[in-house]
Amino acid sequence: MNGIHDMGGMQDMGPIPYAKTEPVFHEVWEGRIYAMSYAVQGTGKLRLGLRPPMEAIPAGEYLRMSYYERWITSITERMVASDLVTRTEIERGQPDKGSVKATFALSPADAVAAQFKIPATRRDLPVAARFQPGQTVRARNINPVTHTRLPRYARGKSGTIERDHGVFVFSDTSVYSRGEKPQHLYSVRFSARELWGDQAAPQDAVYLDMFDDYLEPA
Amino acid sequence: MPDHVHAEGHEDHADLPSDVALRVKSLESLLVDKGLVDRAALDALVDIYEHKVGPRNGARVVARAWVDPAYKGRLLANGTAAIGELGYSGNQGADIRVVENTAKVHNLVVCTLCSCYPWPVLGLPPAWYKSAPYRSRAVIDPRGVLLELGTELPSDIEVRVWDSTAEQRYLVLPERPAGTEHLGEDALAALVTRDAMIGVVKLMPPQKGVRG
Repeated sequence: MNGIHDMGGMQDMGPIPYAKTEPVFHEVWEGRIYAMSYAVQGTGKLRLGLRPPMEAIPAGEYLRMSYYERWITSITERMVASDLVTRTEIERGQPDKGSVKATFALSPADAVAAQFKIPATRRDLPVAARFQPGQTVRARNINPVTHTRLPRYARGKSGTIERDHGVFVFSDTSVYSRGEKPQHLYSVRFSARELWGDQAAPQDAVYLDMFDDYLEPA
Repeated sequence: MPDHVHAEGHEDHADLPSDVALRVKSLESLLVDKGLVDRAALDALVDIYEHKVGPRNGARVVARAWVDPAYKGRLLANGTAAIGELGYSGNQGADIRVVENTAKVHNLVVCTLCSCYPWPVLGLPPAWYKSAPYRSRAVIDPRGVLLELGTELPSDIEVRVWDSTAEQRYLVLPERPAGTEHLGEDALAALVTRDAMIGVVKLMPPQKGVRG
C-alpha cells in the first residue's frame, strides 16, 4: 500500500530524535503491549501479520502516534480479524457474556522459548531462481493496496543482483494467511544515482532484499 | 528549517492521549480474562529485552571478529551461524547478515517501511531508529544523516545503505579503532556501541573517548 509508512526518500520530516542511550521501554505500557503481541502471536491463532494493520492507519494518525501506540492498533486488529476478541470486548475491557475462556495461553516458559527460537520463513524447497548474481534487474512498478516490501522509491529502478539468499515465504501473501508462495529472495544493489539522480555520490548504493515476484529482467 | 512533523520520538509524550496506559491495562485484563495470555508470561517477555538481550551481545560478536580472523571469515560468510556460535539466536534474527566497514566502505542500516532490526544481537530498536526522520532520510541522504549525528564521511568513501525491509537483518562490523592493539576481547567489546553496529557513528580510539 502506498501509505505513509513507505517513507523512504521523503524529506522535511525534521531532525532525527537521536538519543545516545534510552530505556528499552519508555513507559510500562510499551513493554506490556509488546509482550501481549508476542504472547498472542505465540499461540499460532493469529491469521494476520503485524504490519498490515499498522500500514492501514491513516497518514496523519500514523505520524502522530508513537511506535508502540501503533502496536496497540495492530494487535487489536489482528485479534479481531482472527476472531479471538470482539470490538465490544475491547471497548468494555471485559469478555462478552457467554464467551468461552480459551485454554491456549502461552506459559512463561513457552513464551520465553518462543523468543529464543529462530522463526522460520526460510523454506528448503527446490524452487528455481529466475535471476543470478551479477544480473541486471528492474524492480517492477506495482502499486498494490495490500502489504508489500517493495518500497515506492525502488519501483521501476534498475539494480544488480548481489546475492541470492535462497527460498523464503512471500510476505505479501503470507501476512494475510493467503499462501506461502515460496520464492527466491535476492539482495539487489541500486546505485544511489539511479535512485536519486546526480545529487547522490556516484559510488554510493542502497541494497534492498527483493522477492522474485518484485523483479523483472532489465 | 523544515517543519518538525511529529516524530515518533518519545519526547512527544505530552501529545499522546492521556488514556493510553489505561487502554493497554484494560486490554491486558481482557486478554487474561479470556485465557489468551498469562500475566507471568508477559512479565517474562518484558524481562528478556530489558535484562537479557541487548547490544552487549552484538559487541561480543564484533570483539570476537576483531581478535579471531577465522571467526570473522565465518561471520561475514554466514552471520546467523557465526552469531549462533556465541549462543545468540532468536526472534527477528533468523537470517542476520554482517557487513564490514573498511577504510573504503561505510555501511548504514535502516528499515524504511517499519522497524526491522537484528534483535538477538542488538535487542529492541531505539526510538530514533523507528522515527520518521531517520527512516525517510537514511536512504536518500545517508551522508547528511551521519553528519547530523556527528560523523563526516570523506567524499571518496563508498556508502552502502541496507534497507532491511524483508527477511534479512543487518549488523555492521565497525572498524577496529586505532590504538587498541593491546586490548583483549573483553576490553574491546566494551568499546563497541550499539550505534556503531547500526552504522550511524564510527568508533573512536579509546584515549579520545568513545562516541555513540
